[in-house]
Amino acid sequence: MIRLFKVKEKQRELAENANGGSPIKKQSAGELRLHKDISELNLPKSCSMSFPNGKDDLMNFEVSIRPDEGYYFGGTFLFSFQVSPIYPHEAPKVKCKTKVYHPNIDLEGNVCLNILREDWKPVLNINTVIYGLYHLFTEPNSEDPLNHDAAAVLRDNPKMFESNVKRAMYGGYVGQTYFPRCM
Amino acid sequence: MADAAPPSKSRDLDKLLLRPGNLVGPTFDPGVQLRDDLQEYARVLVVGAGGLGCELLKDLALSGFKNLEVIDMDRIEVTNLNRQFLFRLEDVGKPKAEVAAKRVMERVSGVNIVPHFCRIEDKDIEFYNDFNIIALGLDSIEARSYINAVACSFLEYDSDDNPREETMKPMVDGGTEGFKGHARVIVPGVTPCFECTIWLFPPQVKFPLCTLAETPRNAAHCIEYAHLIKWDEVHSGQAFDPDNPDHMKWVYDEAVKRAELFGIPGVTYSLTQGVVKNIIPAIASTNAIISAACTLETLKIASGCSKTLSNYLTYNGVEGLHTKVTEFVKDKDCLVCGPGVLIELDTTVTLKKFIDMLEEDPKVLMTKASITYHGKNLYMQAPPVLEEMTRSNLELPLYDLMDKIPKDVLHATGTINKDDKKSSGLRKLRVVFKGIDGVTDMDMAGGA
Repeated sequence: MIRLFKVKEKQRELAENANGGSPIKKQSAGELRLHKDISELNLPKSCSMSFPNGKDDLMNFEVSIRPDEGYYFGGTFLFSFQVSPIYPHEAPKVKCKTKVYHPNIDLEGNVCLNILREDWKPVLNINTVIYGLYHLFTEPNSEDPLNHDAAAVLRDNPKMFESNVKRAMYGGYVGQTYFPRCM
Repeated sequence: MADAAPPSKSRDLDKLLLRPGNLVGPTFDPGVQLRDDLQEYARVLVVGAGGLGCELLKDLALSGFKNLEVIDMDRIEVTNLNRQFLFRLEDVGKPKAEVAAKRVMERVSGVNIVPHFCRIEDKDIEFYNDFNIIALGLDSIEARSYINAVACSFLEYDSDDNPREETMKPMVDGGTEGFKGHARVIVPGVTPCFECTIWLFPPQVKFPLCTLAETPRNAAHCIEYAHLIKWDEVHSGQAFDPDNPDHMKWVYDEAVKRAELFGIPGVTYSLTQGVVKNIIPAIASTNAIISAACTLETLKIASGCSKTLSNYLTYNGVEGLHTKVTEFVKDKDCLVCGPGVLIELDTTVTLKKFIDMLEEDPKVLMTKASITYHGKNLYMQAPPVLEEMTRSNLELPLYDLMDKIPKDVLHATGTINKDDKKSSGLRKLRVVFKGIDGVTDMDMAGGA
């Protein structure tokens, strides 16, 4: 391609002074795939989304989930999503912003959901993740504990687990931990 | 013929460049002129000045390239010195790009290397357009994906969807992990781009959080527990910085405590660094072999002295030695390097009308399209909050929404109805507005 390079180098020298390229924002392939995921979302009524940085930043958004059955009925739980430019090669990073008494979510907001880590596949999408999160509230699971105490109570004494969840959601202490109201 | 060549310090190179051969590329024109032109006109950018970058700079300089630039955001660390041979103990803490450029210029006369100590994203897109070939010595998917998108954005297609040679920005990509490595040639529009074959990368191993929290079984579990769970518990809000030695030491100490609690052996400081930063020990010889292959490809692309690698070489030195070349194929619908669908429009067409047209266009056949243009979401069908925020654009002319640029690329997602089958799809569209001054033909940017 050297002949081409030679021609280009001469053009470059000519154009050196007449510079006028406008900087264009690069949209990564990950952003485009995310655009597809988001524009095809089909969420249950119990889930809603918001985009804190406006309509053009899809890489950071929040999902609020209001379970319509189960232990967590009536509560509202907010999750933040952070999506990498190499999405879907890498799963979105999801944190629970609402402090919750839950066997699979710890007090720092880490979420134990298999498809967010070890079982993430590029064919999965944002919709699957949101449904996965929703599922955590209808079917909390004592087998994969992240909050050890909550998991033990759920396993050994579901009635007490239920009342602990209620107490936490109304705003109050479970053991030594205070949970702000999220009803 | 050989006696026509003047005595030269590039004697070995001359064997390739001054004589005809059987395996040469179609445009190969051997002679002293070619050698001189390579020195004068070929401008090569080396991305990364680490293990591969040091080798690449040295190899390119010794292969007769005289106009080189190198970009790297890192500073030299002690642990680099065993293989990043351009650096000395007294260089620790200095920018890699600057020291590497200086050292090669000291040793190879006549070569000029311009260093850039910054992130690749900090440079204007046009910076990258100044080079004829980009050689990549990187260690991350993100960085490769970024450079690939930039290089492919220069590519233009003609009205028959053929890539225009003068807009191609060839890349030569090297990568190593321990005793394994790859070298590949990416000529956008001709060979598969990085995004066409991103599925080649195996997913990263990630441990379930609950395993870390509850039932750690090995040293890596203990380290990830300290890194992912314990850190947040103790340092509320403060982000973990893998390049901060104090942070790393903290994670190591916590991991040791955790390992003792569960009776797990094997947590060391270097394993902690390895797990947290996802490091596989680098092997100097692998870097040397892969860089040599990349440099030879760079020389082949520039001079045509031989056909280029087509298009993906893997090297494995774990047991004995194995190399193989695989010819990967382009994804014709690739959003980054593909031509997309050419659409001609009047400047008066509204966004709503445009979305309706996509349903009818035989090359698109897309219903319920959402449209995005260089990161601006012009219209979103879902979720309701975004639909509402973008609805007012529907009645505006697309030409205005595209900042009155006569030809450009946008992307549409929606339901594609093909052969009575519905599937969701993402399409690249090359939009050209009719009757705008300055657009004399249908050629247009095919950038992502």
